[in-house]
Amino acid sequence: MSLRSAADPTYVRPLTRLIDRAAGPLDLAGYEAEGGYLSLRKVVGEMAPMDVQNVVKASNLRGRGGAGFPTGVKWNLVPMGPDAGAKYLVCNADEMEPGTFKDRLLMEQAPHQLVEAVMIAGYAIQATAGYIFLRGEYVVAEKRLREAIEAARAKGYVGANVLGSPWSFDIHVHTGAGRYICGEETALMNSLEGRRATPRAKPPFPQIAGVWGRPTIINNVETLSSLPHIIANGADWFKGLSGGRSPDGGTKMYGCSGRAAKPGCWELPIGTTARELLEVHAGGMKDGRKLKAWLPGGGSTDFLLPEHLDLAMDYETIQKAGSRLGTGMITVVADNQSIVSAVRNLEEFFARESCGWCTPCRDGLPWSVKILRSLEAGRGRADDLDMLSNLTRWLGPGKTFCLHAPGAMEPLQSALKYFRAEFEAGLAQPAAAPVAAS
Amino acid sequence: MSQSNVTIVATDAFVLSDGERREIAHEIGHYPDPRAASIEALKIVQKHRGWVPDGAIAPVAAMLGISPADLEGVATFYSLIFRHPVGRHVVKVCDSISCHLTGYEELRDAFVAELGVRLGETTRDGRFTLLPICCLGACDRGACVMIDDDLHGPVDPARLKQLLEPYA
Repeated sequence: MSLRSAADPTYVRPLTRLIDRAAGPLDLAGYEAEGGYLSLRKVVGEMAPMDVQNVVKASNLRGRGGAGFPTGVKWNLVPMGPDAGAKYLVCNADEMEPGTFKDRLLMEQAPHQLVEAVMIAGYAIQATAGYIFLRGEYVVAEKRLREAIEAARAKGYVGANVLGSPWSFDIHVHTGAGRYICGEETALMNSLEGRRATPRAKPPFPQIAGVWGRPTIINNVETLSSLPHIIANGADWFKGLSGGRSPDGGTKMYGCSGRAAKPGCWELPIGTTARELLEVHAGGMKDGRKLKAWLPGGGSTDFLLPEHLDLAMDYETIQKAGSRLGTGMITVVADNQSIVSAVRNLEEFFARESCGWCTPCRDGLPWSVKILRSLEAGRGRADDLDMLSNLTRWLGPGKTFCLHAPGAMEPLQSALKYFRAEFEAGLAQPAAAPVAAS
Repeated sequence: MSQSNVTIVATDAFVLSDGERREIAHEIGHYPDPRAASIEALKIVQKHRGWVPDGAIAPVAAMLGISPADLEGVATFYSLIFRHPVGRHVVKVCDSISCHLTGYEELRDAFVAELGVRLGETTRDGRFTLLPICCLGACDRGACVMIDDDLHGPVDPARLKQLLEPYA
């Protein structure tokens, strides 16, 4: 039988090289035949935990969940040594960011890669146990991950005395029951502890005091999935994958959805342009429409315009353009679609998904929806645009425990900046406007 | 949301089955603190009964070592823990941005017309409950829905009868 890795002889798409959607995921034997679990053998057999941390730090791997925090730096904050006590590794697999469908692919089609990755991360911080926090609707991913963990446990890769070493570490799949806020890492910790998923104040940061008050590392599925390859090929190889497109290392799971001709998800060098995503991989806009605006990485990122399509899709470049890379999964809006309606849809989502803990978020988001609905119906009041602008500040950074409300304001503030005339068009005609409010 | 059309079942005589107790105890074993299994425990009850009756709260809370009020707070927080009976099949229509841009509102209206219920309601025959859901992570298949454990997309609003037929 031919190896799947033969399709990627130069090893340029590490995360997806073993994926064959038609054939389904590799079982344990198939994964081992492709070199699977050799990286785990290498770290447990030959490397000290700090060596693993240092390689990952040198690779410049940055968190793929949306924030882009350097993974090795995050790990370095965890207390190490024989007296460090219980520590936990959590894989954030609560993929619910609107427009994002990359972790589903990695978990459904490459479950052993994630299991090996969680083991490597657990070893690097010398964790006691690992939890994969998986959204409840990902039933196929759940089944495949549970099967992969059981098979790996039977082979001594997971569980007591991993590969005959003194280190013991088990992985548990924890499935959720809805609520977008569970993806926020401090809310995730409360949910993992069996509580309402309200965020926690930071500091203390999870690396110091996380689940059950113990040091905890929370990494996204895609971030973790790079680890076996960094261990196998080294930090310099990983940094080189971007091929000079970006100072960031590695590949990125990019995608395109919305009004595109052929929506999809592709692993490409980090720093690939949005134009390549849309025009080459997604086949351009559907029905020959023109692009009006796009979200670079989920519902909580600022809209960008067609003029931004040639920017490198990496953390710093997209930030300089006034948005965020987020999940790197772009959502495209066509020229005949309403920005006011799109923003109303986004704010309805964020309003419903607010955990209700902080007043600006709980009350401010429904307020924005009410105004946007009224503009959509052509019944806006003269001061509605000012009020929306105020809300983008009142719900902005620093007003709430977590970034749910500030994230929700990003598409709104950018839509107001770029498409003000569309909002103004929703104001009621002067004759019909109510007399000044008391 | 208006009242569900399904009769609310009396829950006074609630008893956790041995199977439910075994499964909950197994989940508790995965954590250093039993209450961490709260959500899994509620999902186990729901898997067996279709929903989580009020009567389930006290015995499950006792297994977790927390007060019934504490567990009630958890049970009412999570949108996929059902505190009313639901239909034999749950239809979750993705309402997030990528599906919005590919026809969510038309699809939602078609479901409302086909089933004769609004979002959050159950059909009179107890066959379907219609719910909105967060981005299903299948944006390349928008507009999409999940019926029970099955993902469908893109869904043609004109072909809902055929889509729903297998769900008796």
